[in-house]
Amino acid sequence: MRKKTSTIVLLIFFGPSLLVITVFFFIPVLASFIFSFTDFNIYSLGNLNYLRFIGIDNYSKILHEPLFWSALKNTFYFVLAGGPLSVAVSLGAAILLNSKLIRFKAFFRTIYFLPVVTTLVAVAIVWRFIYHPRFGMLNYFLGFIGISPVDWLGDPTFSMPAIILMAVWKNFGYNMIIFIAGLQNIPEELYEAASIEGAGAWSRFRHITLPMLAPATVFISVITMIGYFQLFSEPYIMTQGGPLNSTLSIVLYMYQEGFRWWNLGYSTAIAFTLFVIIFTGALIQFRIQKRYDI
Amino acid sequence: MMRYIVSFVLLIIISSGCSEKHHYTEIEFWAMGIEGEKASELARLFEAENPDIKVNINQIPWTAAHEKLMTAFASETLPDVFQLGNTWIPEFRALDALESLDGYIADSRVIKRSEYFEGIWETNLLENSTLGIPWYVDTRVLFYRSDLLKKAGFNSSPRTWNDLYFQSQKIKQLCTSENCYSFFVPVNEWVPFILFGIQNNARLLRENDSYGDFSSVEFRESFEFLMKFFEEELAPKDMQSVLNIYQAFESGYFAFYITGPWNIGEFQRRLSPAMKGKWMTAPLPSPDENYPGYSIAGGASLVISRFSEKKTAAWKFIEFMSRPDNQLRFYKIVAALPPNKTVWENKILADNPYLSAFFKQLEKVKPTPKIPEWEQIASAKVQQYAELASTGKVSVEIVLKMLDDDVDNILEKRRWILKHRQAE
Repeated sequence: MRKKTSTIVLLIFFGPSLLVITVFFFIPVLASFIFSFTDFNIYSLGNLNYLRFIGIDNYSKILHEPLFWSALKNTFYFVLAGGPLSVAVSLGAAILLNSKLIRFKAFFRTIYFLPVVTTLVAVAIVWRFIYHPRFGMLNYFLGFIGISPVDWLGDPTFSMPAIILMAVWKNFGYNMIIFIAGLQNIPEELYEAASIEGAGAWSRFRHITLPMLAPATVFISVITMIGYFQLFSEPYIMTQGGPLNSTLSIVLYMYQEGFRWWNLGYSTAIAFTLFVIIFTGALIQFRIQKRYDI
Repeated sequence: MMRYIVSFVLLIIISSGCSEKHHYTEIEFWAMGIEGEKASELARLFEAENPDIKVNINQIPWTAAHEKLMTAFASETLPDVFQLGNTWIPEFRALDALESLDGYIADSRVIKRSEYFEGIWETNLLENSTLGIPWYVDTRVLFYRSDLLKKAGFNSSPRTWNDLYFQSQKIKQLCTSENCYSFFVPVNEWVPFILFGIQNNARLLRENDSYGDFSSVEFRESFEFLMKFFEEELAPKDMQSVLNIYQAFESGYFAFYITGPWNIGEFQRRLSPAMKGKWMTAPLPSPDENYPGYSIAGGASLVISRFSEKKTAAWKFIEFMSRPDNQLRFYKIVAALPPNKTVWENKILADNPYLSAFFKQLEKVKPTPKIPEWEQIASAKVQQYAELASTGKVSVEIVLKMLDDDVDNILEKRRWILKHRQAE
């Protein structure tokens, strides 16, 4: 009797959200997984008789497509350069804001957190002004220290660094807040004890702060990696993947194949390829975490 | 109590009766870019003339237009009437989303095919049905520096490919600095490469447009002709060096540039006043003696969705937009070139020296292959391989073979469907 009641209660409480998540998440994901084995394209959209199951052809096509590999390379560039940079900046900002010497902490916290809650589209448009080769603020300031104007978004060498810079600025506030929470959980006594033993600022940081922050760091790096692998809006708004495909990310490539050329079968296959990559990345990070027993 | 019920029921009947009796028909119209922005002025005039129809304009930026229309089709929310770039018509034909307009045209007093540029009209014809009415036209002509040409000893713009090549060489000899060329062929655009191909009668695709035909003699000749300009440094290979084409054109960095009508306005606005009278437009040179050579039939058409329930009103709107007086208005507002030849007789167009090249060129335009895959072939593949070839690292023959292979892959589905249809 009791068991039955609890089932009903469970259904009442979980039912609605389970229903929503099934209809809007699980079914679409399953459908796209099936799609990825078909050649669904513009012809099939007009007439479903023109749909063929083609097995793993989409996946093998992806592996033979140079554009996919350059998108993958660009995405890895973004993740491997932008990810650690973003974590480092957040950590630095968190330590600064946690210092006893700083006043107006809440004010600075809010300021640094502002970019996170600002709409990405608006931010990207403003940064396009900043990066403007002739009238942009960045080149104006670089001019003071004698650096000649750089065409940030128009030059394939600088386009990705420009996007990384913007993304780090946009995202570091979120991780910073998590780091601050982590820092506040470190007992003050540890530092006092270390100081008495003669530990300097660096070794206090190295041997107390870093190990104590390890759980937060693992969480942040996994979340950041997953987010950064899905790089899309920044290049979509600022460069459309150019110049010379130097900022084409995997998700942008998927979007172009899917919604520009309407090769939906192929583009869902890209989505699942990206899923496998992210999944592997997360597994590796958790392995490292276990290995060092964090 | 009964009284309340009766009056309540009556109230419902009256209110539903009201909502059924429309005072006007509302049609949804989607248009892109600056034309879409300014079309509302004409739409207001249309509403004044037809008080029983109301036009809701939705303006879409070009960068998002294709996605938006496709998604609208998938979600069954296509507008009644919309603007379609004429290379997009085949895609919407493949979706079977467009109303055939032949019946309407036959009954129309306003729209007469004979008044339109033939090559432009033809882009709207697919499998013998007319799917769109040209709204404004677009093609490419030669923009050139008349002063540099004179300096190099020429009185007229090139009429043949040989002229173009010879004049380019002479202009290059005028160069004082190392960083100076004569003919600007942007390698991040597919248009010039396709354009010289169709001038040389290349078919581009073969066997019912189901295989690439870029290795054909005609296309290879035209492609090699263009590559000569890169090899002999008559054309810049490095796109980075031409960040601002207006500055580059003014400084004599190049003297020839093939581009479209929007640049008439841009050149007038952006070049310094000292440049006045130092540049001109001309129809494209031809590979043989039949001057001018062909150019690309571009522009946009107005189409009606097959799913629209207000087709009569939508057609009325198209007729209104196609009327010569309104086309002239539209030219005055956004400088969109009218597809109707009679409009060009008006002084405003006839007296513009830069436009006469466009008029001549528009009588000699050819459409690109009318298949849904063409956009992808041109803007992804042709451009990619043209860029590769221009570096000179891979031979033309190999590049074109690679291009054909990629195009054949894209067209695999089309071949299967053609076969499928035959079997039926």
